[in-house]
Order: sequence, then C-alpha cells, then structure tokens
Amino acid sequence: MSVPAEWQQNLAKAFSNRSFLIGLIITGLIALTAVLSFVWTPYAVGTLDIAGKLKPPSEAHWLGTDHYGRDILSMIMVGSRNSIAVALVSVVIGIAVGVPLGLWAAARGGLIDEILMRFNDLVFAFPALLSAVMITAVFGPGAVNAIIAIGIFNIPVFARVARGAALVLWPREYILAARASGKGALRITVEHILPNMANLLIVQATIQFSLGILAEAGLSYVGLGSQPPMPSWGRMLFEAQTMISLAPHMALFPGLAIVVTVLGLNLLGDGLRDVLDPRLRRDR
Amino acid sequence: MALLDIKGLSLKIGAFSVLERVNLAIEPGEIHALVGESGSGKSMTALSVMKLLPGNARAEGQIHFNGTDILGASEADMCKLRGDDIGMVFQEPMTALNPVKTIGEQVAEGIRLHTGASRAVTEERTRAILDRVGLPSAKFPLGRYPHELSGGQRQRVVIAIACALKPKLLIADEPTTALDVVLQAQILDLLQSLVYEEKMGLLLISHDLAVVADIADSITVLRHGEVMDHGETTQILTEQAHPYTRKLAQASMHVPERSSSHRWDGDGTLLSVRNVERIYRGHRTGLFSRRETNKAVDNVSFDLQSGQSMALVGRSGCGKSTLARMIIALDRPTGGEIALWSQRIDDLSEDALRPVRRNMQVVFQDPYGSFNPRHKAERLVAEPLYLLDTPLSVAEKRSRVDTALERVGISPRDRDKYPHEFSGGQRQRLAIARAIITEPKLIVADEPVSALDVSIRAQILDLFADLNGRLGIAYLFITHDLAVARAITDTVMVMSDGKIVERGPTGEVLRNPRSDAGRALVEASPDLHKALARRIGEQG
Amino acid sequence: MLSYASKRVLIGIATMLAASIVVFAVLEVVPGDPARLMLGMNATEDAVRALQEQMGLNQPLLVRYFHWLGGLLTGNLGRSYTYAVPVIDLITERIAVSLPLALISLALSTTIALPVGLFSASRRGTISDTATMGAAQIGVAIPNFWFALLLVYIFAVTLRLVPAGGFPGWSAGMWPALKSLILPSIALALPQAAILARVTRSALLDVLGEDYIRTARAKGLTRRSVLYRHALRNALIPILTILGLQFAFLLAGTIIIENVFYLPGLGRLVFQAITQRDLIVVEGVVMLLVATVILINLLVDLSYAVVDPRLRGRT
Repeated sequence: MSVPAEWQQNLAKAFSNRSFLIGLIITGLIALTAVLSFVWTPYAVGTLDIAGKLKPPSEAHWLGTDHYGRDILSMIMVGSRNSIAVALVSVVIGIAVGVPLGLWAAARGGLIDEILMRFNDLVFAFPALLSAVMITAVFGPGAVNAIIAIGIFNIPVFARVARGAALVLWPREYILAARASGKGALRITVEHILPNMANLLIVQATIQFSLGILAEAGLSYVGLGSQPPMPSWGRMLFEAQTMISLAPHMALFPGLAIVVTVLGLNLLGDGLRDVLDPRLRRDR
Repeated sequence: MALLDIKGLSLKIGAFSVLERVNLAIEPGEIHALVGESGSGKSMTALSVMKLLPGNARAEGQIHFNGTDILGASEADMCKLRGDDIGMVFQEPMTALNPVKTIGEQVAEGIRLHTGASRAVTEERTRAILDRVGLPSAKFPLGRYPHELSGGQRQRVVIAIACALKPKLLIADEPTTALDVVLQAQILDLLQSLVYEEKMGLLLISHDLAVVADIADSITVLRHGEVMDHGETTQILTEQAHPYTRKLAQASMHVPERSSSHRWDGDGTLLSVRNVERIYRGHRTGLFSRRETNKAVDNVSFDLQSGQSMALVGRSGCGKSTLARMIIALDRPTGGEIALWSQRIDDLSEDALRPVRRNMQVVFQDPYGSFNPRHKAERLVAEPLYLLDTPLSVAEKRSRVDTALERVGISPRDRDKYPHEFSGGQRQRLAIARAIITEPKLIVADEPVSALDVSIRAQILDLFADLNGRLGIAYLFITHDLAVARAITDTVMVMSDGKIVERGPTGEVLRNPRSDAGRALVEASPDLHKALARRIGEQG
Repeated sequence: MLSYASKRVLIGIATMLAASIVVFAVLEVVPGDPARLMLGMNATEDAVRALQEQMGLNQPLLVRYFHWLGGLLTGNLGRSYTYAVPVIDLITERIAVSLPLALISLALSTTIALPVGLFSASRRGTISDTATMGAAQIGVAIPNFWFALLLVYIFAVTLRLVPAGGFPGWSAGMWPALKSLILPSIALALPQAAILARVTRSALLDVLGEDYIRTARAKGLTRRSVLYRHALRNALIPILTILGLQFAFLLAGTIIIENVFYLPGLGRLVFQAITQRDLIVVEGVVMLLVATVILINLLVDLSYAVVDPRLRGRT
C-alpha cells in the first residue's frame, strides 16, 4: 500500500526540521495551558487580595501579583484562551470568506476577477485597528469587535493567496485534461485546485494566526478588544503601564507570554513552509 | 596540449554520484558534442568546467583549461576566466536574462568587467557583438529589455554575452532545446560560424544525435555519469560500434511499424473544420482607439477521416495549439464551425458536449504536469469516465481502468501508485490510457513526445501506432518535429501565421514541400541520415 | 495610452470613493440616529433635535453623503461635538505628532532592515546569518507597545535618560520635541525592521536562484557583485510590497504607541472621541487614515513600474 510519497517525505522532513519541532512544542504547550486553565489555575482569577498586591515573583505567586493582588500566572493562563479564541475565529473568518472569493476570481477571470480584486483593495484599506475603531464607536467595546476587525483584515489576505495559487494551477495540463473529461469549474476547483493549494493555505493560516495574537493584544491594550473582568494579555499590559515603576513584573510576564506564543507560531509556520514548500513553482 | 582536458572527473552531489571518471578533451577550434539522455550528467560536466556547481557538490579528478588547473583555482581566478576565456550559453532563453536590465547593459557588463574599457569603447564593442549575432542596433537598440524580444532573439543576446570577449572555449548547454526547429537551425548556424571565425573550442551539450551530427567534430556519449563512447563524429555514428550509441542512433531515426492491413477507413468524415478563426483581443493602444487584434487562427478548414492519422506541423506561435484547443472544445472559435460526425460542436453547452467529449480525448506534452500529484493512477486514468451518462460500479470502473492500462503496456497492479512513482515514459503511457478509456474515436495529441528522451520517444510512438491499428482511433498530432510526423501520420498540414499553407500525404509533403513555411521546416529539421550522408560525401 | 500608471491612479481614486462610502455607512447609517447615539439615552429631545439640525441629519441620505464628500474635498470635516471646533483643526494639530512619528519610524526601520537583510543573504548559512535571523525571528514576535513599555522602564524610569512620556510641542523647539519621539520611534521601528529584514533576505535568496543569476556569474561577476547588480533590484518588488503594508501597520502602531507615551497625536484624539461618542471626530480621523493607506498602496503600485520595465506601458 503506497501513500503519497509527499506524506512520507514530509513527515521525515518535519521531524528533522528544527524550527518545526521547536514551534510545535511551544505551540502545543501554550494550547495545553489554555485547556488546563478551564479546569485548574493556581488561583481563581476573580480573587482579589489587596493586602498581597504588587508582589514580585515568589514561591506562592510564581509570576507575582497585580495591583489588586491577583495571581499573574493564573491571569496569563486564562488570558491565553481569549487570545487563541480571537485569533482562531478570525483566521476561520478569513479562510471561510477569502478562499472561496479567491478561487471564484481565479476560476472565472475577466470582469468577476477584476471586481473581486478591487473589492480586495478596498478591504485592504481598513487595517484591523481602523475597523475596530469604527465598530467600537458605533456598538461600544467588546471582544467580538476584535474578532470582526481582525477577521475582515484576514479576508483579502486569504483571497489573494488562494487566487494566486489557483491562477498558477489552472493552466496546468491536468486541469485541461479534467476539462476535457467534462468537469466543470466548481468540480475541478474542489477535486484538483483546492487540494493542491492546501499546503499554502496551512502556512498562511499559521502566519495569520500569529498576526492575530499580536493584533488582539494591541486592540485589547487600547480598550477596543475584550473587556474586564475577562483577563486578556493586552489588557494586563495596559494596567501594568501605570504601575511600571512600582511593579515592572506586571508588564514583563504578559508581554513574554505574547512573545513566546507568537514566536512558537512563527517557528511552526517557517518549519511548515520548509517542509511543505508551498511555492508552487517547484511543484512539478 | 588540449584547450580543455578533463581527466577522471568524478562528481558527487550530497551522497549521490553524478559523474564517474569522465574523460574529455577539446582542441582549439574543435566542436565537441557531449550527448546523453536526461540525468546523464551532461550539464553537471559543463558546470564543473565553469566551477558553478551547487554548494553541496564535490568534484575529484582533473580539469585543465589552457594551462589552468580549474579544480584547484581560487574563486577570484575563476571570476577572471568566466566570461573572458570561457563563455557559456544556457538552455532556457526566456529566463536567462535579467528582466530589469536592458540588453545593452547586460552585454556591456562583462566587457567592462574584464577589459576595464571606457564607456564609449564598451558601447562600441557591445554594438559590434550584438550586430554579429544578428541583432543590429538599428532594429534592436541597446535600450531594449529582454521581455521585448522573442525567445530566439533572447538566445542571441545570451550568445552575445558569452562571445563578447571572444573566449577560447564556449560551452553551450542544450542551447536550442527550448526553440523550434527553424530557430534551432539558425542558432546552431550562428554558433558554428562564431566558433570558426574566432577559432574557439565549443563544448555543445545535447540530447539529440541528429542535432550534433551536422556540426560536431567529435562526440562523447554519456550515460548515468559514465562515458560510453567517444571519438570522431562520422566514425562514431557510421560504425555505431558501441551498443548504447547504436541504441541512441536507432531511436532517433525510429519509424514505428504501422499495420496498414488493419487501416480503418470507410467510415467517412470524423472531424470537419470549416473556416475556423480565433481572434484574441490585444491591448488598447489609446483610450478611444480600437483594440489591436491578433488572429491566432485564420480561416482554417480541413477534414479528418475516421482512423486517419494527421499531423499539424508548424513553428512555435503559428497557432497550432490554439487550433487544437478549439477542436477539443477547451476554447471557442470566434468564427467558423467545427463538427464531429457532422454534428456541430463549437457552440454546444458544456452539458451538451458530454457525449461529444467521450469521443475525443487529449494527450499533452508534459508527462509531469499531466497528472494531479495527489491522485492514484486508477483515479487519474478513470477521470474521463465522468463523461458516461450512467456512473459505473467500482468493479466496472476498475475493469475499464485495467483494460486501458493493459492496452498501453502498464501492469494493472500499478493502479495504486502515485504519478511520481512512474518514470517519464510510463507517465506518458498513463496519459494515453486516460485518453483511451472512454474508447474515443479521436485523440488530439499536443507535442506528445517532445519532452521525452529519444529511446522512450520511440516506444511511445510505437504505442500510438499500435493503438491506431488496433482501436482505429484517429489522431491529430500537433508537433514541430517532422520526425514525429513522418513516423506515424498519413497526412500532414503545415500551419504558418494562423493559416494552413500546405497539406498532403505526409511522405510527399516532407520530401517535396511547396510552401515557404514547409520548406523552412524541412530544411531546418535535424536528420541523422542526411547529416551523415553529407559528411561522408565531404570526406570523399 | 491607458498605461499601467494611469490605470492604477484611476483604481486608487475609485477605491478612495468606495472607502468613503464604507466609512459613511458604518458611522452615519448603521447607528440609525447618530445624534441619539452621540448624546446617549438620557439626552432631551430638544438637544437631540438640535444636534440633528447641526449635523444635517434631516436631509436625505444621498444629499448628506455628497455634502460630506464635498466637505472632505474642501477640507471641511464638520465640527467636533465635544470640542466645539472644526474637526480639521483638531486633526492638523494632532497630525503634527503622528505623521513625524510614523515617518521617522519608517525611515529608521528601513535603514536598519535593508543592510541587515543584504548582510544575511550574502552570508547565507553562516553563523552570522543564523544569529541575525534568529534575532529577527524574536523581533517579529515582540508587540511594539510592550517593547515600548520595556524601553520606558529601562531608559526613562531606571536610567532617566529621556522623558517617560508627553510631548512639549514643536513650539518648544526642534530638539525637545524630537527627543520625546526617540523612544516611540525605536519601539515602532525595531519590530518592523525585523519583519523587513527577513523579507529582504528571503526575496534576495529567491532571486539568487534564478537562471539569470547564473548567466551573470558565467560573465565572471563575483557572488557579491551579482547580489548588488542583479539580485537587489529584482528583489525590490516584494520588499516594496512589504514596505507599503508596513506603513499601514505603522499608522496603526502609531495610534497604539501614543497611548504608551501619552503623546497628543491622532491616536489619543480618536480614543477620546470614542469614549465621548464623538462620531464626527472618529469619522474624520478614520477617513484620513484610510485615505493615507490607499495613497501609500498607490505609490507602491506606481513604484513597481519604476523598478520593473515589464509593467511600463502595460495595462
């Protein structure tokens, strides 16, 4: 029984690829921590302890406490859920809307393509922060704003990637052979185009996921993302800002959490890129 | 002492052995052909001489060029040699030039680098060499960019770069493989006269014995990194003492046996093309002016009888592939009619085309690009069964696939393999299996053997001939290679600038072409027999 | 001749118009009654009616849109409800902080990133390449506002070399004003530089694998001169694309960073406006920023044609 040699090779390549392995381990640990936070955190995040506030790291509080005496480690653990959820849903929005748009544009070409690409240009003019500003101004603050804003930003990114990859694939001879077998554009897209650009989408999704984590932190830092009392990394940094001279650890650890998560995802993405080599030009 | 003397050259790339103790010597003014099939190590031999090998390559042995020990030379010394004493011409003219620099800049760069000449002198020399390679600056100003030139013109620029400083040795790595036969003949002519004028040594790398038979003084035959045979051209090719040389020579002159007794005729006209025209709209030259139009196919009419094998030959860009696509209904004509069994098909909807498509299938040039790399052979070959009105059961489907595989000479057990697990020739067999699975009456084959090595090409041509005899399938072969047309077609049409300029029985047209385009093709086609006959005649 | 350039300009204008419709729709149509939204639920009917009058909300939608659009073109963005001054005055005052900040950061990140990328690409696979790209990998992962907090803690709180925040205004003199922009620009520029350096390196390496690089090497050019004379210009297209995107990110980053350093820029203005529900100010600032992003993208598109002769004169 043979498998696509691709898979065998890829698996072997993946486990000899340093960035992929490190990225996978970091990302796995972060995901585990987020899951763990549902059942266990060192302290309950709602517990205030004014007497024990602004304590530097100690045995009782590994990463210290904040200005309400809350345990920073527990808050970082719970905050990871928010970051992951926002980034994940925005990537899903980007893929669900962007990929079909890109595929459609590539399959139809001509006027449809032109219109969709101009639509892309338009959406590109609204960075996540500006969308979030408008949404918040009208509807008030909330975590959903960040999801929508980042999701909108992801749409043209995936549309471009999907269109570009599909345009490379359409003139391939196996697509012509499928057309000579009477298959329509939709069927060809599902059977031939999409599977052959999946690698590219996986890599892009990893990149957008890490950008989403960064963007969510920025939005909740300026108050356009998730709101208290729900802990979020960006919000924790906002609160740390006024305490920076008294309790620098309040700023240090949530920031490190962001850096490590994003670093892990980027390493994973780089590793995947090396392993899957989604640059279609070498794919023959 | 020889100009270039390679002794016992072995090359490893990573753990993979590419060359094994290769010997090769070239005298000044000698044209030496290095011949072999793909993967034989020809290009790597050339890159070893240039010392432009990939980073993980390790070479052993000796390369002496004009008194310099190449393998021992420093990178700085090599930079002085490259482009000055050794020039190199590459296979792919479309990508060999920097797209953002003018041709003048690119030719001048090497001249200035090696001679330190003033701007004015450099420009003078640049003009002179471009003029010499056939790009006079009156018609091709130095400010032209590569994208403004055709493939043949770009290859002339690459030759100008390589020959600008009259190198002692010129290396040409498959310099004409990407060009059509007429351009091929022109470029080979140019190389030959440059070499003669300047007494250069030329290392000409090719996969095609017929190409080198005409101009090479001596030949080295390479296979799997080892030298099989070497010596003076006429002697090597007439005696064919080495079995591998004989195999290559026979393959390149191969004509399949066609069983004329089983010729299927009498069914009448299968395909009828009437006044077909395909116009492409060009760019608007002005906001209010009309678009420029380009007639890729211009008023073409012909009939193809059932079971007949017809060739459509012409130079690249003559419109033959566009015509083929319209016939298999992947593109629509802008005028005229196409009919299969007198049913008009050019205006049918995709749904109405289904029964038509069952009767006409297609085989493409590239055995690598022809298959979705993620599907297994069974699924790939079965794809056209989608055209059947009632879906087949799994067992029925499998038996149809197995029959098709057997017909093309592939074991049905290989149905679970992925395309990359087959060799190039086997893949082309798979492509043919896919084309015959619905038992069509017409197969359009667009350059179906031009990407294959000669020995495999011969086998595939045999297969085509065999299927024609056994199944009575009519062929329309699109090709620029007259050897293919001669081998397996009954009639031939010559296409030029979108028009059919000549037609008739294949043998007759190729022996005695009447149109200019036909004559140009026939004269330019490499032919081992003719080349040898001419050389023997010259030698007395 | 409808060239590449003129087509791009037309598309830029069309995108600008479409974007203005989006901004207008989100901020003036979606809320239903913007005046009510701005004043809150407790406002008296009279106050709401007065504001509706002032904003021209009684007129038909199309008239309002074209009136607003006309205002945009003549620099009249309406009157801020909370500040009671023309929005354009607020913006000109605040942009004097945000624009220099964004431009300094862009210049800084580009001057750092391009040489670093070139350096790394020319030493591919060496220890210095691995170390540089490792540092860049970390740099990409650092959120600029957190980096800003660290800089404040080190250079302002601990070492007391620069002010921790605030802006003395350009009237206080060139140096004091610039001094207060040093930390913010570094905080913005370094993470961007990390991205740009990685892109520069990989774009160069991609180009170095092309056939024409081999042609150039066969001419006798050294690795180094091939890199500068042939690879760099071809690698500029992906680099320019990222530069364009970065400017959009820098604008967003500016808005966020201003909060760390208490800089009175567009960011502070828009966040105050959100808290006070001053939709007119939000609308003006957002439209300005969106227009800037579109303009930058247009400039990037046009610069492609300068770099790549294949685009010139093509549609």
